[in-house]
Amino acid sequence: MGITFHIRRPNPRSQTITVLAGTQKSEKKMGRSTTSKDAQALFHSLHSAYVATPTKLKIIDSYIMFAVVTAVIQVVYMAIVGSFPFNSFLSGVLSCIGTAVLAVCLRIQVNKENKEFKDLPPERAFADFVLCNLVLHLVIMNFLG
Amino acid sequence: MARKSGFLVLASVLVASIASFCGSAAIFNPISDAHRSAALELFSPSDGSFGSLEETYEALRTFEVLGIEKELVIRTSVCASVSETLLSSLSTLKDLFQALRVNGILKCELNDKAFVEIASRFKDSLNAANLLLDFYHSIGGLMLIKDQTSEVDVHLGDADRVFRSIKALSQSDGKWRYSSNNPESSSYAAGIALETLAGLVSLASSEIDHSLIAILKNDIMKLFDGVERYDDGACYFDEKFVDAHGHQDPLSASSSVVRGITAFASATEESLNFPGDKILGLAKFFLGVEIPGCAKDLYHQIDALACLENSRVSVPLILSLPATVLSVSRKDQLKVRVNTVLGSAAPPLSVKLMQIFSSGSKDASVIDQELKFDPEHAVHVLENLPNNIDVGKYIFSFEISLQDPEHKKRYITGGRTKVPICITGVIEVKNVEIAVLDSDIGSIEMQKKLDLSGENDVALLANHLQKLRLSFQLSTPSRKAFKPHQAFLKLRHESGVEHIFVVGNSGKKFELILDFLGLVEKFFYLSGKYDIQLTVGDSVMENSFLRPLGHVELDLPDAPEKAARPPPQPVDSYSRYGPKTEIAHIFRAPEKRPPRELSLAFLGLVLLPFFGFLAGLLYLRVNLKNLPRSTVPATFAFLFHLGIASVLLLYALFWFKLDLFTTLKALGFLGIFLMFVGHRTLSHLASVSAKLKSA
Repeated sequence: MGITFHIRRPNPRSQTITVLAGTQKSEKKMGRSTTSKDAQALFHSLHSAYVATPTKLKIIDSYIMFAVVTAVIQVVYMAIVGSFPFNSFLSGVLSCIGTAVLAVCLRIQVNKENKEFKDLPPERAFADFVLCNLVLHLVIMNFLG
Repeated sequence: MARKSGFLVLASVLVASIASFCGSAAIFNPISDAHRSAALELFSPSDGSFGSLEETYEALRTFEVLGIEKELVIRTSVCASVSETLLSSLSTLKDLFQALRVNGILKCELNDKAFVEIASRFKDSLNAANLLLDFYHSIGGLMLIKDQTSEVDVHLGDADRVFRSIKALSQSDGKWRYSSNNPESSSYAAGIALETLAGLVSLASSEIDHSLIAILKNDIMKLFDGVERYDDGACYFDEKFVDAHGHQDPLSASSSVVRGITAFASATEESLNFPGDKILGLAKFFLGVEIPGCAKDLYHQIDALACLENSRVSVPLILSLPATVLSVSRKDQLKVRVNTVLGSAAPPLSVKLMQIFSSGSKDASVIDQELKFDPEHAVHVLENLPNNIDVGKYIFSFEISLQDPEHKKRYITGGRTKVPICITGVIEVKNVEIAVLDSDIGSIEMQKKLDLSGENDVALLANHLQKLRLSFQLSTPSRKAFKPHQAFLKLRHESGVEHIFVVGNSGKKFELILDFLGLVEKFFYLSGKYDIQLTVGDSVMENSFLRPLGHVELDLPDAPEKAARPPPQPVDSYSRYGPKTEIAHIFRAPEKRPPRELSLAFLGLVLLPFFGFLAGLLYLRVNLKNLPRSTVPATFAFLFHLGIASVLLLYALFWFKLDLFTTLKALGFLGIFLMFVGHRTLSHLASVSAKLKSA
């Protein structure tokens, strides 16, 4: 299923600037609402398309979100207090980013619409994901200090 | 030919005389108070006793000879030990002998009955004895009993047999063996044997054949033939081997022989002609030891000297000088003492100064002047030194002559006694001049006369083309030219570099000329102020001096490139080895850490996304429907999850306390387990989904 986007071109009439005070506000509101309406429509279509994805992929997506948000919080913390134990900061951030990357790989391999990995059983992909995560976290723990 | 041989004979006689002259000048002092204080120090009883009975006897005998009247606090304990030894039947002959010796000095209260038993024991042992020491202890013991009590009969029945059996142990060179089994002979044993035989003779003189005594006299002469000599005339008996009783050093061996021969001389009434020079040599040997370091040596020395002094024949007389350095300026008089070896007064005699040898020259002036006896101080005084005697080192030759002809038989004076004497005086230093001369012409730039009795501070100027001249004259109190041992001029630069020159002597005066042109390199091209110091010294010069004379400003050319650098002067030790300046160590400031509350807040904030993830899972209506129900796969699934959880726990432990190696080891085991379990679980899941697909 493809995702198609309809971008409604704005009414050329709305672009002309009228001197009349009374009609200006309504025209601007109509322009703004057109833009926002377009954005809303875009968002809705994205959302509806996304809803159709299988649950497994949604689980993986939420895991990725969780990892990235954790990384962002760590960066914000470092920005506030300075990077004194730099290795700890790096290991924390890299742990999040690394696990997010591995989860992305897992999503690619598990996604049934991906013709490239048709013959790969999802359990195998999951086993790879677990193994790589364990190795990543061993290195992270060592580097944490 | 005859002239040549005559010349050779003369030369050899001269050499011999010089050799004897060089060798035999030495001073021996009789026993003095220094020996008494040494005896008190060496023989101090430690924890209540002197040690064994033998050591106790040595201490007591030494005190007795030196006349030390020491109230013995330990007398009771010693007497108790003596009586215990004498009454015990387990005591050996040696113990009895030592105990009797101690008793002879201390005179403890003892029962006569004890003496009877001991005497019979000694007599029994004499019948069966064949070792020298057994004979010595038995006969010595009987002699001591005879001295200490008159109740006991110490008469020996078969004295002749005993004499012969002791004599059988003698050797042809005069030494004795300790037993017939042991072939080694010793002088110490000879002394013991002579003492034993002397005791035997005194116990039973009527029974001993006179020919045996004559043979014994021969043995003593042979023993004297083997005596060793030092250059200064001392004689001693030495041992050549280590015998069963340990090595006897010359002091104890000589002491034993002296005891033996003096005991023998006292025992027999016959005339004995001991070689007088050897007896005197032995006395000089014992006196030459001066103060021995250990108690036993002191005992041997004192006992031997006491035997020599109390001997019936051949008592040596010792000539000594209280001072061997005489000063002409103080008008010292030469004083000479003549004593016996223990320091007692000698019989009336006169001392004559016969010859004076001056060291370094062969001639000797014959004086033949008698010294006057001062009875108050018991010294012989030479009123005036001979007129032509100048400062220097000499050897004076004295002769002692006894006034009573009877004494001549008994005392040994030793002929000529040579004594080294040093005569010192004030040397006059005059005509001291220091001048700076022009090199080529020799004209005097600057000249100063110095008076060395006062302070001098000349200031001279010179450059490298000039010379410095120093001259002076030295004369002895007899107005003769004097050549001192040291005459140096020292120039010291302000930087510390020193140069020393020897002032040469041209017979009449001392002169030193320093040509700076030749010395420029030696002075390392250092210009500047040089302090001048003159040193003149000798052992016979009473006014040896080391005087600063002033300074000279030297102007030397600049040093070329290749010139030698002056030697580095010694650095002040404190500045080199002393403590260095303190270093203030700047420590790296520790990094600023954020406040604790902030960190904890962010910890909470970091954990939030996790809960967000769990909430998201719930929102997605996550289920566990695919979890296997049947037992075996269920177990594996459970173990799989458990394995992952345990690995994560291992990582947590790794961070908290484990090290990498332990972690890797544990991870290896867990990994293998996890692989196995995970494979089973996932393959089960895969087969289930494949079945679903196919179905």
